[in-house]
Amino acid sequence: MADGQKVYEIPIGPIHPALKEPIRFTFQVEGERIRGVEVRPGFAHRGIEFMGLKRNLIQVLYLSERICGICSISHPIAITLAVERAAGIEVPPRAQYLRVIFSELERIHSHLLWAGVAAHELGFDTLLHLTWKVREEVLDVLEELSGNRIDYSIPIYGGVRRDIAPAQVPKVEAMVRHYRGLLEELLDAFLRDPSVAARTRGVGVLTPEEAEALCAVGPTARASGLSKDVRQDRPYLVYGELGVRAITPRDWGLEPRGDVYDKAVVRLLEIGQSLDLIEKCLDEMPEGEITSFPKIPALLAHLKKAEGEGLGWHEAPRGEVIHYIRLEAGVEEPVAWKVKAPTYSNLMSWVPMFRDQEVADIPIIAASIDPCMCCMDRVHVVRDGSGATLLMEELLKLSRAKTERVLRGLSPAGGGA
Amino acid sequence: MGLSSFKRALWVFHVATGSCNGCDIEIVAALTPRYDVERFGIKLVGTPRHADVLLVTGPVTRPMLERLKRVYEQTPDPKAVVVVGGCGSTSGVFYDSYNVVGPVDEVIPVDVYVPGCPPRPEAIVHGVVTAVAKLEKVAERG
Repeated sequence: MADGQKVYEIPIGPIHPALKEPIRFTFQVEGERIRGVEVRPGFAHRGIEFMGLKRNLIQVLYLSERICGICSISHPIAITLAVERAAGIEVPPRAQYLRVIFSELERIHSHLLWAGVAAHELGFDTLLHLTWKVREEVLDVLEELSGNRIDYSIPIYGGVRRDIAPAQVPKVEAMVRHYRGLLEELLDAFLRDPSVAARTRGVGVLTPEEAEALCAVGPTARASGLSKDVRQDRPYLVYGELGVRAITPRDWGLEPRGDVYDKAVVRLLEIGQSLDLIEKCLDEMPEGEITSFPKIPALLAHLKKAEGEGLGWHEAPRGEVIHYIRLEAGVEEPVAWKVKAPTYSNLMSWVPMFRDQEVADIPIIAASIDPCMCCMDRVHVVRDGSGATLLMEELLKLSRAKTERVLRGLSPAGGGA
Repeated sequence: MGLSSFKRALWVFHVATGSCNGCDIEIVAALTPRYDVERFGIKLVGTPRHADVLLVTGPVTRPMLERLKRVYEQTPDPKAVVVVGGCGSTSGVFYDSYNVVGPVDEVIPVDVYVPGCPPRPEAIVHGVVTAVAKLEKVAERG
């Protein structure tokens, strides 16, 4: 070619060996350099919100757990908080501490899982096997406390389903001590290793401005230096009393650069933070009831009478998860249920992160936001079979029309829609 | 069945057709040191063309329907299909969705079902070993 420059397209996915879940990327590459990327998610969409509107709230709780097998505490925590706000249910203090303990245990297992996957993407399989071997210890504790390795069914509206028995406390403490000793080793293997640094420094950079503009959440945002953590910004449960502070690479003594290395720093340091929180919770946890509705039929009857709407938020391992729910008196099912998973906010960060990177860095950059497709996948609804796209202005027009309808006291959904 | 019945290393390809990640991480857990199926020569490969066994997780969503069929056709014979998890076996909690076509056996033939939500790694290993027995029978018949 005369100019010697040509942009090629490389399609990857939806079934591919890099990530476990289906997603399709189309990269525009010029030689080894990525010039642009198009992401097509949606393959794992199961229509969970739609199914939830046909089931009673207890069934919806179990369904919410199956939005994502890795965040199987985070989604139930967010939905229970939403329903408790909507129905005016109090949660006993002990149950709030127990929820925090379980969600921090989940964070440890999720971050270790990510560290292993990241090591694998770098071609460092020994480290994958090391992290997944030590991850089994936290799964053992979760199994001891909840009866399951994955999908724990712990939160329920009004409290939690299982208490931590006095005989189990030493096991949790032993796990905390074990990981304390191990964390230094993991930090060594990841952060002080020259080959890991060579592959991750300056790779997949997300600047703080981009992170802010694209509404990145969780470790993806914190690695860019944003002090953004729902546990710190809008405390819920007992996080306010525990005093959580967002971890950024500054805690490791480095100015944040927002690259893959910084994302590893944040996640590994958060394991230490979660250990502190668990220890503090075990210390401060008061005695008492673990749920305000010990009998499920009484709970269902109360929920059936409830009317109102509620928002529940939680800092999942990948970032902020939000559940919105609306209840109407007389029906067992929710009237509206909306889930916003952390990956939904983080997905767009891929676009600046991939820009001008090498093809060989695709797997590690894709993995660096810890994507969870099954949490976020949606569908497009195409009206009348036409492939028209709604532009921002048209959406704005629709929104204004709806405001007008609401002000005039008509149905928000519009004429027969 | 003793270890001697493993006549060759068994290669496995994992397809997620709309799963929630629960089974998927348990499959990876089965490969890593606590369960370590690699000591039997079982390992995950990057393409169905290299695989003896397909591990399928999740109910089949509409966009994955044709792709799952294609992956099945790309896998060389003799092959075995192992469905991991309750929702792949029966659609499970996702039975009444507009975007779920159905359980895996409505799309491709299935040899082994591993129920559970999610099944333990031991159960997944057992499922794969059951698939080996099936492959061996096919090989004996020639």
